[in-house]
Amino acid sequence: MVKRISQRIYIALIIIFLYAPILVLIVLSFNKSKSRSKWGGFTFDWYKRLFQNENILNALYTTLLIALLSALFATILGTTLAIALNHMRRLPKAVLSSIANIPMLNAEIVTGISMMLLFLAIDFKLGFSSVLIAHITFNIPYVLLSVAPKLKQTNHSTYEAALDLGAKPLYAFFKVIFPDIFPGILSGFLMAFTMSLDDFVISHFTRGAEIQTLSTKIYTETRKGIKPEMYALSTLMFVSVLILLILINRRSAHAEKEKTIKK
Amino acid sequence: MRNKETKRRQKNALLAAPCSLWMIAFIIIPLLMIVYYGLTKREDGSITLENLKLIADPINRRALWLSLKLSIISTIVCVLLAYPLGLMLRGLKIKSNSFIVLVFMLPMWMNFLLRTLAWLNILENNGILNTILKILHLPTLHIINTPTAIILGMVYNFLPFMILPIYNTLEKIDENVINAARDLGANGKQTFFKIIFPLSIPGVISGITMVFVPSLTTFVISNILGGSKVLLIGNVIEQQFQKLNNWNSGSGLSLVLMVFILLSMAFVGKDENTGRGAATW
Repeated sequence: MVKRISQRIYIALIIIFLYAPILVLIVLSFNKSKSRSKWGGFTFDWYKRLFQNENILNALYTTLLIALLSALFATILGTTLAIALNHMRRLPKAVLSSIANIPMLNAEIVTGISMMLLFLAIDFKLGFSSVLIAHITFNIPYVLLSVAPKLKQTNHSTYEAALDLGAKPLYAFFKVIFPDIFPGILSGFLMAFTMSLDDFVISHFTRGAEIQTLSTKIYTETRKGIKPEMYALSTLMFVSVLILLILINRRSAHAEKEKTIKK
Repeated sequence: MRNKETKRRQKNALLAAPCSLWMIAFIIIPLLMIVYYGLTKREDGSITLENLKLIADPINRRALWLSLKLSIISTIVCVLLAYPLGLMLRGLKIKSNSFIVLVFMLPMWMNFLLRTLAWLNILENNGILNTILKILHLPTLHIINTPTAIILGMVYNFLPFMILPIYNTLEKIDENVINAARDLGANGKQTFFKIIFPLSIPGVISGITMVFVPSLTTFVISNILGGSKVLLIGNVIEQQFQKLNNWNSGSGLSLVLMVFILLSMAFVGKDENTGRGAATW
């Protein structure tokens, strides 16, 4: 009994450790005082001002657009590569998947710097496209990681059967293989989107002076003091993701239940 | 038949081409750029080892040494915190492990810079932690702008990457295997060291790489929680590029850093799925 209670306390302490800073940020978003270290009373002001602050809204738009586009392109590139890898001989397969994994295993600072050097060397203007290219590149391994195991599970004979029955390869692919690997593609896309959204280091080196993502904007503000609107925005983002995830979790738990009942 | 086979291979190569070209252009060539700048002189582009030797400069050497020290400590702390937690979570026997993944991944949806900044509020001399300690009449802590604060920041930011792979491998261990060991007369300690721990090693290894590399190379955590008083190797490299605009020395130091990353990977052994996030999702 004592053991069980102390275990519960340990789990609770770790969760408190992980969520304490988030609680601090949420509290700060309702703080009337502009200072980070003083409580000046409760207010909704920062939420109202957030929607008038064009700088922050622009950074939000850039961040979301880059996350969406980079996840989309990375999903397409990563999925085609995963399919090709599935039918490759061992050596080229090992070489290609190792190369794809480099951005995931290497230090972010090295990845960021290496791409910045390339862009500067070929006189490619740093800005939206350079950040987008960098994000697509570091997102590819995450897509590969979630699509490859699903592909391994698919039955290749069904695809060949479809071909024998006269289906065109592309048609057969979308009718037979695609539905099987779709969950993997979706989770790869979501993972890539999250990684892009949360990235700071690689955007920091590849963005140039013209664009700001939320992360880079926060970083430039750290010394002057963060605008409280930023706390309000991050609280809104956090809460909406929380609600979304709870809904998805509920639905899948519900679906699971129905499955077991039907059995 | 043979013809069909070669045709299929050609088609397959065509499918692999776009992504492969992309990776050559934006992974391989950029890394070669670092090698090129790291091994040439800034003035005339002649080949030199000067940039690599910069690591021996007392300031840089101290920064690298401190980075190694702090990242090793953080990795150990993460293992020590995460392993018992993994065992306990396994003991809870929660049906949907997606819920557990959710609890530990969710903090990542709040911007990591903001979360690290929030630790300033907690740790400051007049911060939340010290206020609580004062109320309890306990001695206050002065850890902000010290290496301790940076270790805390590293552990905080990378702990989920240790918890999830460890939990995943522990959770997959078949209860029957453990029961079999018990039936054959093994006591709790023996079951742990002979059965549970060996089976969980892949998770621990993947956790170690996922915590060690980002800790070793960070410049953000040290910037925020160390004031500008603590210099890590990441800070040194970042300054070379962003402040001093010296690509050659920055690249040289990056090359040295990459040697350490490769060494750490060789040290923990690398199996195919030991990627950041591989075991987490």
